[in-house]
This record gives sequence, C-alpha cells and structure tokens, in this order.
Amino acid sequence: MSHRILDRDQVEHIAKLARLRLTEDEKDLMAEQLSSILDYVAKLNELDTTDVDPMHHAVDRSNVFRDDNPHKSIDHNEALANAPQTDGTFFIVPRVI
Amino acid sequence: MKYEAVIGLEVHIQLLTETKIFCGCSTRFGDAPNTNVCPVCLGMPGVLPVLNKKVVDFAIKLALATNCSIAPVSQFARKNYFYPDLPKNYQISQYEKPIAEHGWLEIDTQNGPKKIGIRRIHMEEDAGKLIHDESKPVSYVDFNRTGVPLLEIVSEPDIRTPEEAAQYLKTLRDIVVYLEICDGNMEEGSFRCDANISLRPMGSTELGVKTELKNMNSFKNVQKALEFEIRRQSALLDRGEKVVQETRLWDAARGVTVGMRTKEEEQDYRYFPDPDLVPVVVDKEWIDEVKNTVPELPRDKKLRFMDQYGLPEYDAEILVSDRHLADYFEETIVRFNRPKTVSNWILTELLRELNQRECSITQCPVSPERLAELLQLIDDETISAKIGKSVFEEMFSTGKSARTIVEEKGLKQVTDTDLLEKVVSEVLEQHPKEVEKYLGGAEKVIGFFVGQVMRKTQGKANPKLVNELLRKKLEEKRSK
Repeated sequence: MSHRILDRDQVEHIAKLARLRLTEDEKDLMAEQLSSILDYVAKLNELDTTDVDPMHHAVDRSNVFRDDNPHKSIDHNEALANAPQTDGTFFIVPRVI
Repeated sequence: MKYEAVIGLEVHIQLLTETKIFCGCSTRFGDAPNTNVCPVCLGMPGVLPVLNKKVVDFAIKLALATNCSIAPVSQFARKNYFYPDLPKNYQISQYEKPIAEHGWLEIDTQNGPKKIGIRRIHMEEDAGKLIHDESKPVSYVDFNRTGVPLLEIVSEPDIRTPEEAAQYLKTLRDIVVYLEICDGNMEEGSFRCDANISLRPMGSTELGVKTELKNMNSFKNVQKALEFEIRRQSALLDRGEKVVQETRLWDAARGVTVGMRTKEEEQDYRYFPDPDLVPVVVDKEWIDEVKNTVPELPRDKKLRFMDQYGLPEYDAEILVSDRHLADYFEETIVRFNRPKTVSNWILTELLRELNQRECSITQCPVSPERLAELLQLIDDETISAKIGKSVFEEMFSTGKSARTIVEEKGLKQVTDTDLLEKVVSEVLEQHPKEVEKYLGGAEKVIGFFVGQVMRKTQGKANPKLVNELLRKKLEEKRSK
C-alpha cells in the first residue's frame, strides 16, 4: 500500500456528499482503499496525451434524437408503486425545509 | 463611500415543447400530480434518456437571436446533488461544453443603448415540484415538471443598476416570446431569474464578494431585491464589515433578502460528462435551417417602426410588445396607409376591446382588412369618426363588416347640404336667445348649435359641414 492520496478530511467530505455515515475505523479504511484506487488509476497520467483529442464519449456516435411527440408510458399508480410513502397522489418524503 | 454594483443574471426558461427533454412525457402545466411521468423522468434504474431534437432547435434559435457562437460539439453533464425533487440524484445539464457562448444583447437605458454580454446558454432538465405540509413533518413531491426542458442563459456581469437588470430581463423575455420558444410567464415560473450582485468602490475594477439572490417572481421583485441588496451590502462595507458569499432569498412580503444557511459542501456538484448521452453536433446546415425560423426581433422591429412609419417610440413599443399585434398593424397599413391613424386605433379602440373581452390579438374578431375598411369609411367621410367608434364596437361584437353595419343602421354621414341647411335653420329658429348671444360676440355658442344639429340627425351630420352652414346662416343674420 502506497502513501495516502486522500486524507481523512476529504473522506469525510465525500461521505457527506454521498450521505454516508462512517465510523472512525471506516474512515481510515476508506482513505486507504480510495487512495489505492486513485493511485492505480494515476498510472494513466504517465501516458503522453499531447496529441490525443479528448474523448467525449465511449461510443463513437453523435446526434441521437427523438421527435417531439408525446406518448404515455406508465400510469399514475405504477408510477407511485415504488414510492417510500404516498397518499395516492404524491410521493411523500421527510420534510426538506 | 460611493459604490458601484456589478450584477450578472441567470435566467431559466421553460421551453414550449410538447414533450420533456429526455422522454416522451407531456410537459403540460396543471395536470394532476405525477401523471406525466415515466421510468426515465422518475430516474428508475437502467433507463436511457434520449434527447428531444426540438430542444436543440430552440437552443440554436435563441443562440442566433442573442449573437452567440454555437458550439460545433456540445455535451451533457451530470450535476450531482441530493434533493427530493431530483429523482436521479443528479440533474442532466451542460457544463464544460454548453451549446452556445459569447453572445450579447442590446438593452435601452437612460443613457442610450447598452450591450450586455451573454456568457453562455445551456440545455438542462427541470426538477420536480415540492409542496410542504404546514402541519406534518413531510414534503409532497410532484414529478410532472421533472425533465421539462430548460435553457439557462447566463449573462456577463455587465449590469450596473437594478433598472438595467429589469431592462435586460424585459428585453430577453420579449425575445424568447417572439421566438415562440417560451411563454415568458414569470409568475408561473416559465421564466425565472436569479441574480448575482457585488459592490465595489466607484472607479475600482476589482470585483467584490457577491451574493446570489433567488425567489424573485417578477421584474419588479428582481429590481426591488437588487435595490435592497445594494443598500444592505453598502451598509456592511461602510461599517468596515465583510459581505459573506451566500445565497439569499427575496422575501417579497417583507421586502428584504434573507440568507439561506447553506453549507459549502452543497456547492460541490462533481460534474462529469453524462455517459448516457452522446455529443450533440451542430453543423452549418442545421444552423441555416433554424436561421430561417428566426423572426425580426422586437427591438429591431421597434426601431424599424419608428423609422419606416414615423411612429413615436411609445406607439412602436406597444405595437411590437406582441409579435401578432405588430403583424396586425402592418397588415392594416397595407390597406390603409396612414400609420399613425392605424396605430391610434389599435392602441386605444382595439386594445380596449381586446382587454375588455380578455381576448388575444390572434382571436380578434375584426381582421386587419376590416379595420382598414372602417378607417377608409371615416377617411372618405362616409361616416364620422365618432360613429366610427361605435361601428367598431359593433364589428367586434357581431363580427360584421363596417360597410354592412353602416348600411343596416343607416349611419352614413349626412353630407346633403340642402337637408342640413334645413336642420340648421330649424335649430336657429328654435333657439333665438342663443342666436342673440352669438351675435353679441359669444361665438362659443356655435358648439351648442352643432350639438343640436347632431342630435336631430342622430350624430350623422358631417360636423365640418354643419359648422360651415351654421356660420354662414348666423353671419347672414348679422348683416340683416
């Protein structure tokens, strides 16, 4: 295992953005593991890409469109079927304000 | 100290497409909650967004109308954050490669025209709508609006006063409405504005710390919020305190901006190219195709109306405020070439009738041809201007032509001199006292006589002729 690229503060920040609650031990573990992943990927930086165009996309295609024609797909009840909580009209979530 | 405000505006416009940006769900406003939704806009796993071509057409259209360069290749990106109105936990937007950049539009200010730079225009999806319960600790989510196409238009910080900000918004709104890509309704949220504002000492070129203002749902509120913020920031700076970079909400009821307690982390969106969406490539051919659909823009039209038809700015401004009203005006003057007369009729009679009936110009029951015919009848003195106005009302409510109404009701102006002479003599005989007054020098009495003649002819007498005849008869009496 090499030096840590990510410190604990950064791990806490990322955990917060991802809405994850980590124990102190987990924070250490994540710093370790994420660092080694980044370290591994950093190998790509060794390549000289001066004359390589940035890749916009994994597949070599562009301009995939649909026409502006409405179509109904699922009905209201199906849409709500996976709601954590519903009154039959809305998705209900814990208050956010 | 004297400060200068540096203001930049971010405008979001909802596009007038039939369907959402990445799925075929309807964008209709006001439908029952969660009825225009599908797996794509609900962010279900494994679905694939497919871009609505019309959104790109509209973006190109606006880019052309705001003098932007259109990117040959643009790309969608994911903006990551958690909020219940965003089912995927990311918003599909554009980041490094927006569809258009580096444009400008010209606004009218007290010191003449001014160019305001447009930094970028990008395509993105709207979020859902949250309704908060006062009595329970829950929020209700309606995903009908999720995925409705938006264009975000970011200005350069070229705006210096709240008035300029309002003028910029008005100019931009007029443009998007003319382009028929957005209905421009600020109250209903189809045209939204956030503002960035910082202050700096007059003459300085450095930028101060800015705040971002949100929650302003009218031009007036944008202006008021900026005015408040200038006062607030000036007071802070005068006391030697610092402006804190933050988002503040405009509270229209109290007329103040209030800081939102946001944590720095929330601004970390970790944008990255969306692997589900391939790049958008726009070539010259596509741009030319869209160019053909860009109409003359409101400000150009206004200047042309003033120049070509000699209209006052006030008239031109109102006429071009609605593209269809401007068309109506021009279609009318093709048949009746007195621009100012036509403008007067449209601004007063026509708009009054339309407002009274809450009817738009496109539903106007009186066509430009028919208005021209009416004006012709007045011009050649077949009817008086006064009768013309009542004929116009009648045209509006019955849909009949002016000529038909004039004939049916026998409203033709009486220009028969013999007949009018008879009436004039009658009136003079019936009012000897007034005749005395006239002869005694009170020439104003002539108005009374004209009124009497009009009454006897149900308003149909040609007023000019009546005046002439009255004076002739009265002078004859004097010389006797």
